[in-house]
Amino acid sequence: MTLTDRIAILLSWLIALLACIYLLTPLIITVIVSFTSSTVYTLPPPDWSLRWYQSMARKPDLLSALWLSVNLALISTVIALVVGTLASLAIVRGRFPGREALATFSVSPLMMPGLVVGVALLQFFREFGLTDAYWSLLLAHIVITLPYVVRTLVAALEKFDFSLIDAAQTLGLPYPKAVLKVLVPGLAPAFLTSGMFAFLASMDNYPISIFLTDAWNKTLPIKMLQYLEETPDPTIAAISTGLIALALVALIVGSRTVGLNRMIH
Amino acid sequence: MSEPITTQARTRGRVKDPFLLLAVPSLLLLGVLFALPILFLLLKSFRGTDGGVSIAGYIAFFSDPYMLTALRRTIVIALETTLLTLVLGYPTAFALARARGLVQTCILIAMILPLSVGVIVKAFAWSIVFRSDGVINKTLLGLGIIDAPLRLLFTETALVIGAANIFLPFMVLPVYAVIRQINPNLGAAAATLGAGPFFRFFRVTLPLTLPGVVAGAAFVFSMAVSMYVIPNLIVGERSQMLSMLIARSFLYLRDEQMGSTMSAVLLVIAAMIVVLSSLILKRLSGRQA
Repeated sequence: MTLTDRIAILLSWLIALLACIYLLTPLIITVIVSFTSSTVYTLPPPDWSLRWYQSMARKPDLLSALWLSVNLALISTVIALVVGTLASLAIVRGRFPGREALATFSVSPLMMPGLVVGVALLQFFREFGLTDAYWSLLLAHIVITLPYVVRTLVAALEKFDFSLIDAAQTLGLPYPKAVLKVLVPGLAPAFLTSGMFAFLASMDNYPISIFLTDAWNKTLPIKMLQYLEETPDPTIAAISTGLIALALVALIVGSRTVGLNRMIH
Repeated sequence: MSEPITTQARTRGRVKDPFLLLAVPSLLLLGVLFALPILFLLLKSFRGTDGGVSIAGYIAFFSDPYMLTALRRTIVIALETTLLTLVLGYPTAFALARARGLVQTCILIAMILPLSVGVIVKAFAWSIVFRSDGVINKTLLGLGIIDAPLRLLFTETALVIGAANIFLPFMVLPVYAVIRQINPNLGAAAATLGAGPFFRFFRVTLPLTLPGVVAGAAFVFSMAVSMYVIPNLIVGERSQMLSMLIARSFLYLRDEQMGSTMSAVLLVIAAMIVVLSSLILKRLSGRQA
């Protein structure tokens, strides 16, 4: 190894360390602020307190927004998993022309400006008389979650050895059972990670949802931004810290069961 | 291909490839809920006040200096954000590929954990950092480097730092995915053949990692060009980006004509990135095959 190599490696470690600190900075700040005794966001906090965690329970509208977001994310993720798995099988196993175009089309909502998709859906739903905010949001969230499922499952299916299913059939399993016993377990990590990313994308979506809400159906990000604009007290930081803790638990479970490396491909 | 599905397809008749049927639900969903609405929006941007076809909206957009400034600012900020994620992300991806055990787990958690925290929370945390009484100003004042607090919040630099922070994992992960597939012996082989470190980097490593860089850069740029929440919280009304003008024209001004035109412009930029990056990726994979 030459000196230049060593310097390059050292430099990459330094930048990686810097990048990790940079990435975690907003999270650390949020956690610190959530334990402040002050009513404003000052750093470092003058004193420690759990008051903002207690105040969380007194904000029923934030809790109902959280519930709506979880509801939308769960239902849309399940639908996206079913529809997306079928589409991914078609993309990977099909021999029809236009498979590549289908693959690009399926993930393209990810690359399109969310705001534009939101505006387009708003006008479209209005045109066809769909005025119910919950249903509009649910349909939009299926569009948000589907690309994540297709992207991950296409990658996983390309690595899957389909002759295993034939082997299982040769050994006497009927086709549906062979799929259930061989394909589904083989894809479990892909289902788990794509489902997780889809769920998170739905939970976090602001730019599409903002155009489809009404006064009664506000998702968590919309409620949070509104809350920050109206009463910027550290309750939001407390909620976020709770979500960070949940995500950390999910990551630790994920790294134990699937392995972090497999989760991201 | 397995027997039962083929027989099923035969009974249904004309379908040549049974797998095409599996794509129908997703095609229907995305066709009705994504492609059609966007087509509607594009058509609307070409509708004149009298109901006929007109490019008046585009003429109004491209002759308004305010709009052009917003357009240019949007593109410049997205470029700067992409560049910052590339400068930080490319070496990090190499470190991540070289790391083992606990160090690797720590870097991976630093990459994935922020993805699970909402954009609003992260953008808001950055707005706290950049405040005049924020951490940076307090530190600099305390160290005596500056006498008066710097104006950091509401600047485009602050916006780029905050945005690059949120998009950085989307640059690191694709590059990392590509690095993992490179045969580690390639570098050694090139070295044996007498290639110096710079030659090796530019002729071996960089071309091999380019697909990851293109994928990451395209993704970061397309997200940065259309971000809405981050600039809203970090720069506010002071420097308007295209996305903020779109939201304003639909949510507050009810000027749907101008909103549709601006949306179409943003859409064309995003579509160009998708097409361009997939063309580059195709050429890159063609050269290696």
